[in-house]
Amino acid sequence: MVPEELKYTKEHEWVKIDGETALIGITDHAQSELGDITFIELPVQAKQVKRGESVATVESVKAASDVYSPISGEIVEVNGLLEDAPETINLSPYENGWIFQIKISDGGEVETMMDAAAYEEYLGTL
Amino acid sequence: MELIFELSRAGRRGVKMPTGDVPESASLDPVYTREKDAELPSLSEPEVVRHFTNLSKMNFGVDSHFYPLGSCTMKYNPKITERIAAFSSFASIHPLQPQLVNGGMLTQGALEVISDLENVLCEITGMDEFTTQPMAGAHGELTGIMLIAAHHREKGDRRKYILIPDSGHGTNPASAAIAGYEVKTIKSDDKGVMDMNEFRKEMNEDVAGVMLTCPNTLGIFNPRIKELADLAHASGALMYYDGANLNAIMGKARPGDLGFDIVHLNLHKTFATPHGGGGPGAGPVGVKKHLAEFLPTSRVVKRKDGTFTLDYDRPKSIGYISQFYGNFGVLLKAYAYILIEGKEGLIEVSENAVLNANYLMRRLKGHYDIPYGENCMHEFVISCCRQAKRGVHAVDIAKALIDKGIHPPTIYFPLNVKEAIMIEPTETESRETLDEFVRVMIELAELAEKDPVAFKEFPKTTSVGRLDEVKAARDMNISA
Amino acid sequence: MSYIPNSIEDRQEMLKAAGVNSGKMADLFKNIPRRLQPRSFDLAPGRSEFEVEKYLRGLGKKNVTDLVYFIGGGFYDHYIPAAIDALTSRSEFYTAYTPYQPEASQGNLQAIYEYQSCICRLTGMEAANASLYDGGTALYEAAMMAIRITGRNKIIIDGGVSPIYRKMLYCYTSNLSIDFIEIPVSHGQSDRVELDKRLDEETAAVILQNPNFFGAIDDHADICARCHNSGALVIESVYPIALGLLKTPEAMGADIVTGEGQSLGIPLSFGGPYLGFMATKKKYVRKMPGRIVGATTDKNGNRGFVLTLQTREQHIRREKATSNICSNQALCALRALIYMALVGKDGLKEVASACRDKAEYTKQKLGEIKGVEVKKSSPTFNEFTVKLPENANEVIGKLIGKGIAAGFPLGRYYADMENYMLVAVTEKRTRHEIVRFADALEAALWS
Repeated sequence: MVPEELKYTKEHEWVKIDGETALIGITDHAQSELGDITFIELPVQAKQVKRGESVATVESVKAASDVYSPISGEIVEVNGLLEDAPETINLSPYENGWIFQIKISDGGEVETMMDAAAYEEYLGTL
Repeated sequence: MELIFELSRAGRRGVKMPTGDVPESASLDPVYTREKDAELPSLSEPEVVRHFTNLSKMNFGVDSHFYPLGSCTMKYNPKITERIAAFSSFASIHPLQPQLVNGGMLTQGALEVISDLENVLCEITGMDEFTTQPMAGAHGELTGIMLIAAHHREKGDRRKYILIPDSGHGTNPASAAIAGYEVKTIKSDDKGVMDMNEFRKEMNEDVAGVMLTCPNTLGIFNPRIKELADLAHASGALMYYDGANLNAIMGKARPGDLGFDIVHLNLHKTFATPHGGGGPGAGPVGVKKHLAEFLPTSRVVKRKDGTFTLDYDRPKSIGYISQFYGNFGVLLKAYAYILIEGKEGLIEVSENAVLNANYLMRRLKGHYDIPYGENCMHEFVISCCRQAKRGVHAVDIAKALIDKGIHPPTIYFPLNVKEAIMIEPTETESRETLDEFVRVMIELAELAEKDPVAFKEFPKTTSVGRLDEVKAARDMNISA
Repeated sequence: MSYIPNSIEDRQEMLKAAGVNSGKMADLFKNIPRRLQPRSFDLAPGRSEFEVEKYLRGLGKKNVTDLVYFIGGGFYDHYIPAAIDALTSRSEFYTAYTPYQPEASQGNLQAIYEYQSCICRLTGMEAANASLYDGGTALYEAAMMAIRITGRNKIIIDGGVSPIYRKMLYCYTSNLSIDFIEIPVSHGQSDRVELDKRLDEETAAVILQNPNFFGAIDDHADICARCHNSGALVIESVYPIALGLLKTPEAMGADIVTGEGQSLGIPLSFGGPYLGFMATKKKYVRKMPGRIVGATTDKNGNRGFVLTLQTREQHIRREKATSNICSNQALCALRALIYMALVGKDGLKEVASACRDKAEYTKQKLGEIKGVEVKKSSPTFNEFTVKLPENANEVIGKLIGKGIAAGFPLGRYYADMENYMLVAVTEKRTRHEIVRFADALEAALWS
């Protein structure tokens, strides 16, 4: 089950819109594909990023996976907790395991993302 | 086992080193000296010897175990080559000695070894010139890509891409990238070789080169290889041969005749020099004539009077790939091996390497999925997909093999086969060893059906059980 | 042909079992079209191992082997304790491969972990890798690492860095756009004034060497501080035996330390195989190339060792990897580890002191010869430059005839130094040999 209130990308990121900002993390499917997460290279705070740009890297023992920003804007907050406890992403991908917060510069981008039902359907095709 | 630091006791001494028969010099200004001594361990020689002897017993090696590690060619390492490499007339020579006087006259023997080895490697591969400088396969790849870059630069041609099949070793894209190229991956077709249509689609004037193994990592020789090379050449791209799998084709095919412009060889694979627990190896690079002027500096040259010298005056050379002439001690072992085998011996090596692999593949058929299973060259890939459905993965089979006294094959490679187990027996294994491997593999396939949970406990016979790699990565305890 | 166990009969039966009913080896190769078969394969017939041993012994005799070495240049004639050869000849070590299966490779893995630890203790740094090919490639890898860490593109190299290393660095980066700036040495040591002029916010790293190629010792602490102020890293190439005595690169503030490990129990062997070592601060570990071994536990809590942080490497990251290296110089690293364990904490200091004492004595003896000038502008460890009244190469040639390799002619790399030679002295040189060297030099110059 994927949370109803979130938006999703094909790269398995979730987006929680909150007014002018959005919180971003990776989905339960993404964390379970990666396995035990051992390290995360967090995005650079205050950086202006474009949609689709690689902003962070999540690593397990056998894989390294880029996290792409689904939205253009400025990175206003990163989840420092993950530096010491990257396993939080495994334990709580949708809550405590959020990765960064972005100030949305183009609201139109949000419209093109999948809702929960579409994402679940997408997972079914993999 | 205890760490050597845990065994250390203050005041103990290993070897007595030669010291003062000259007056003590005035102390150095303390601004230049270290405050505290380096905390190296303090032990007697007997303790050091016991520690490392005991450590050695916790290793599988080719001398003690069957080691069918795919694409690594873990063949027997003849003992005579160890003796020869230890001759003090080679092992004690300073690398700068040939530069002292008369252009190499003080090291004629060593230069002759390099020159002769280059010549026999040319004949084995069908290339025109070789350099012995690269120190490993990956290092040879990097050298080769730099030669490709030099070739295009000379023509004033800026090209961007290197094409690599999806079955290629990870060093291929890494070597291309660190030399400044972008990588395009070409899919394999249903026969396991590079998809010709894909290849045609990607081949254009922006492609600098194509990197291939042949036979590839699935153990398949692509019969259309020459056609592929001709297409590349028509676009002005160069063909690079990754020699990791040369053990399959000595005397049967030569990269030079197949249309390759550059090759690297892994002397520690095909030519029986020991792998050393991960190195040192040697990765000489051969080229066709049109690239020879770019080869690294220096070059061993034979003078008219039959003596050898080193040529440093090479304006178009890519420069210094290595400090000197490569891993000379390793070169010497490979040269001795080639001399012992000779022409017929090398042909027999490849024939028996391919025979052993085909024999194993045929006997494992039915017990494991073999995705490209018609026939193979020196190695083949099986898939544990059937076992995985029972919860037994490639890694579980590998760990079970350890308990049976067999070093596991390569697992999870190549990437285009799921649950891959890549098996390369080499020619130096007896039929009895191969039969025992088959018996064990069948037994494990049966166990996977009957009692899949049992696999999670393997290995049980080693000094430690399965290790927590997640903890290792998170804790990052990498020095004591 | 001596190393294939199966008899002709075995092979016949195996061919049948493999589905080759013709019983012909050639049929195993039917995928190779006839037109692609070798145009030539003209090699000599095989020989017995006795004949090959005799032949190569003969080639060995064509090398001049009984020279007393006073040449170094980064590669030194140190004593190699016998136990190193005995232990590394154990085939459990030398016939194994990279420890992909940790449970079957604990010996190798623990040894690498101990090696990494010894390199850290020697250099003062926090983290070392499992080794690289040699000192030159280690320095190149360090430069690339600094570029990755800083995101900058300019590298400043001190002129005291080995000319061989500098040539390698330029070779490896010739297809990349990196700005290199060389600062010539002044009076033996690093030129602070020039360095300051060139150091800026674009600089990824400054590369230094201690002792430098000319043998001069320096304290680079001030340079490190200045670099860090501009956000640049310091890469320091070091000589491990000298670290028995000299200030550690960590104490100076270096960020990445590299070096040639040959002096730690590895034979000169005409240039290889050698050992490149690399160490850094813990915060940069994930940007470091090469294999790394880490400690962990099995499910019963027993300590064990594995290859770790592999997501940096080519088999996972492919074209995004930190390096293309997929091995280390494991057996050479093992030699270095056993050397450090046998010589030990006190022994390393003694070896280093013996090298320096003998070098100082040699300086004194050579300095007494008319026309010979021993450079004294900066302190040295075991290597120093000497100015001769005539072409150094010719003088060295004359001494070869007396069985002495007197030094390395610096004119080989520096056009304005035709009369200079670089002299190295290790603990193996005796007082008698040093006196003989001085006498032979005097005779060569003046009689």
